Amino acid sequence: METIRDNVRAAIVAMTFMTILCGIIYPMGITLIAELGFPHQARGSLIERDGLAIGSELIGQPFDGPGYLWGRPSATGPLPNTAFNPTTLTGSSGSNLGPTNAGLIATVGERVARFRSGLGGDAPVPSDLVTASGSGLDPHISPAGAERQVARIAAVRGAEPAKVREILERHTLGRTFGVLGEPRVNVLEVNIDLDRTLGRLGGTDGKAVPSKV
Amino acid sequence: MTLSPTPGLAQAILTVGVVLVLAFPLGTYIARIMDGGRSPFERLLGPFERMLLAACGVPRPSDAAGGGQTWRGYASSVLLFSAAGLLVTYAIQRVQWILPNNPAGLGAVTPDSALNTAISFVTNTNWQGYAGETTMSYATQMLALCTQNFVSAAVGIGVMAALARGIRNARSVDLGSFWRDLIRSTVHVLLPLSALLAIVLVSQGVVQTLGPYADVTLVEPITAADGTVTTTQTLPLGPAASQIAIKQLGTNGGGYFNVNSAHPFENPTPLSNLLETASILLLPAALCCSFGVWVRDRRQGFAILAAMSVLLILALAGMWISESHGVPALAALGVDVPTAMEGKETRFGVPASVLWGAFTTAASNGSVNAMHDSFTPIAGGIAMLLMQLGEVVFGGVGSGLYGMILFVLVTVFVSGLMVGRTPEYLRKKIGPFEMKMAAIALLAPSAMVLIGTAVASSLEATAAAAPNPGPHGFSEILYAFSSASNNNGSAFGGISANTPFWNMALGTCMFVGRFWVIVPVLAIAGSLGRKGTVAPSIGTLPTHTPLFVGLLIAVVLIVGVLTFVPALALGPVVEQLRLQTGGVS
Repeated sequence: METIRDNVRAAIVAMTFMTILCGIIYPMGITLIAELGFPHQARGSLIERDGLAIGSELIGQPFDGPGYLWGRPSATGPLPNTAFNPTTLTGSSGSNLGPTNAGLIATVGERVARFRSGLGGDAPVPSDLVTASGSGLDPHISPAGAERQVARIAAVRGAEPAKVREILERHTLGRTFGVLGEPRVNVLEVNIDLDRTLGRLGGTDGKAVPSKV
Repeated sequence: MTLSPTPGLAQAILTVGVVLVLAFPLGTYIARIMDGGRSPFERLLGPFERMLLAACGVPRPSDAAGGGQTWRGYASSVLLFSAAGLLVTYAIQRVQWILPNNPAGLGAVTPDSALNTAISFVTNTNWQGYAGETTMSYATQMLALCTQNFVSAAVGIGVMAALARGIRNARSVDLGSFWRDLIRSTVHVLLPLSALLAIVLVSQGVVQTLGPYADVTLVEPITAADGTVTTTQTLPLGPAASQIAIKQLGTNGGGYFNVNSAHPFENPTPLSNLLETASILLLPAALCCSFGVWVRDRRQGFAILAAMSVLLILALAGMWISESHGVPALAALGVDVPTAMEGKETRFGVPASVLWGAFTTAASNGSVNAMHDSFTPIAGGIAMLLMQLGEVVFGGVGSGLYGMILFVLVTVFVSGLMVGRTPEYLRKKIGPFEMKMAAIALLAPSAMVLIGTAVASSLEATAAAAPNPGPHGFSEILYAFSSASNNNGSAFGGISANTPFWNMALGTCMFVGRFWVIVPVLAIAGSLGRKGTVAPSIGTLPTHTPLFVGLLIAVVLIVGVLTFVPALALGPVVEQLRLQTGGVS
């Protein structure tokens, strides 16, 4: 017959051994398999240019120069697309504003106005371009949102719109198996490709400078 | 113009299909493992099992004593093991700054936050009062949080198996050994499933490394309002995939990163999203099939699964209608459909976000792939209601099913009253003791939700934690208490609940929501086990028929709706009416 004493002993022993099995052996084993099988993905799917890591395929970066494709608005602090800030200890975040929040409606209104002022046209604006993403790090926008920026990018870079569209298409994915998720364009990959194909832009003034490579 | 439902519908059918197709074989397997049957992982995992059993002093089943426990013994083992988990999880968070494996150099977690998180993970709630990447070191995530993800789910499976043994027993007090249940469900069910899922998730881009956070150079430097120029972005990494796998499978839901599975490193592709979404419901659905095996009548498990599925589909349809209808005020500003994209990721869009939202609140998972706080009011309200029903629409691993069986007992009892016969369930007479226990277990979490919401909303200091003004602010508070008291763990994330009041209040709710249910459930198991069986007669209400499924759904809805309609009317219902008329707060 068991006693409370046996039970207490079993609780302590079980918790210790479970911690070793589930908290050390299991995650370390998965880490080992991940490093051997998928080292690129396991370490954050980093993109390198000239030997320098310039981003992750999966994490959005902030772009507001008119020669670049713009991504989703981001509600992270202190800056948009902050994945981790060691000083403020902030990271991924949505706005968490409710659909009847006056501040949300006003902010979206400003974003719509800004988008339309820059060669965006008067048609309804794709919602992904004017609403903050869930993570604040969304790497994608909708194909409609990308198409609406072609005229602006082509004008700033002095390129044919068809050339810009060709670059967009290289970084556009459809629904997986035709049903899963949504069609999307990877903003960072497009911008790196724009710089590579059409010449890098110097800073945020939107003027293209000749590419080094 | 509205959103086309076709691709979303196909995705929903595929996801539900994956769950139902896998539930049957997996459920049969779990039933066999918990009854002591052989595992295909015997050679790989058998040594771990035998080492753990010996260390815990559990006799072999063949021994005379067998290690079987009475309901009191089983319950005290559950409580003691949970207490040990609470202490370890609290302590690791408090000392993480001196432990190795902390490349970001994060300090100790504050005492109230550490206690809240310890209760949260031990009770399988996994409410996130903290932000993962800025609070928890790699060591804490692995040793404390990953471990509790496993064992809190294993406790749920164990209690469920004990209840099934009580129903199956005739004149026996033996509910099995908690320690054996804990060890076998972890080693032979949760570990292999999680390892498989984790590796597939890594292939999709979920990070899994012990290396430090990565600094990358921005393609376009960003200038802040004060003129400072930032040229780098720091990417948080860590052993995420291993934890996310069990977080989804174990209905835990506490994310590795702050925004949970909306984070691209936690859920990078539509395929990872399918697997993570299906994993939410997999074990709760499989355990319905296990139940059928345990009580030697598979139809009993299917009937409960059918009732759960109908409630889920109703909720999913309601949420989809609300979300595809969108936000009229944004459409008026010139925003194209789908207007309800605030807080959602492009790769998932509205359909996959709604699907996840319904699954995660139906099951007591609580992970998110979109910010529920920004959902349209009725969609957010349905998510709340799914939790308020008591987390019995699939619910937690084990806990959802034993919660639903309490509702089955109530249904049998109510039906018995209607025709004037003694209620029976699976050849057992249901007496006053079982009904008292069921009532205690079903009412306590609801009381916590309503009392907690009332107190927090009426105190100025605590109500200020809700950042959204008007009815949405009330919804944020109601959602928090609904989530904690029913061990879900999802949040209307805007709420600033990482303060001593909120950490303590929600911690209490989570504790009551877990153990105030487990103990009465085990008491029912003990009581039913001691009874002899009665042969079904012409007057016995069959509990596997569509009629009974309908009655069960009605009882669940009537109890839940009667309890919560007044509160829901003040939050989501008012807000939806304002949304329609373009009102803002």
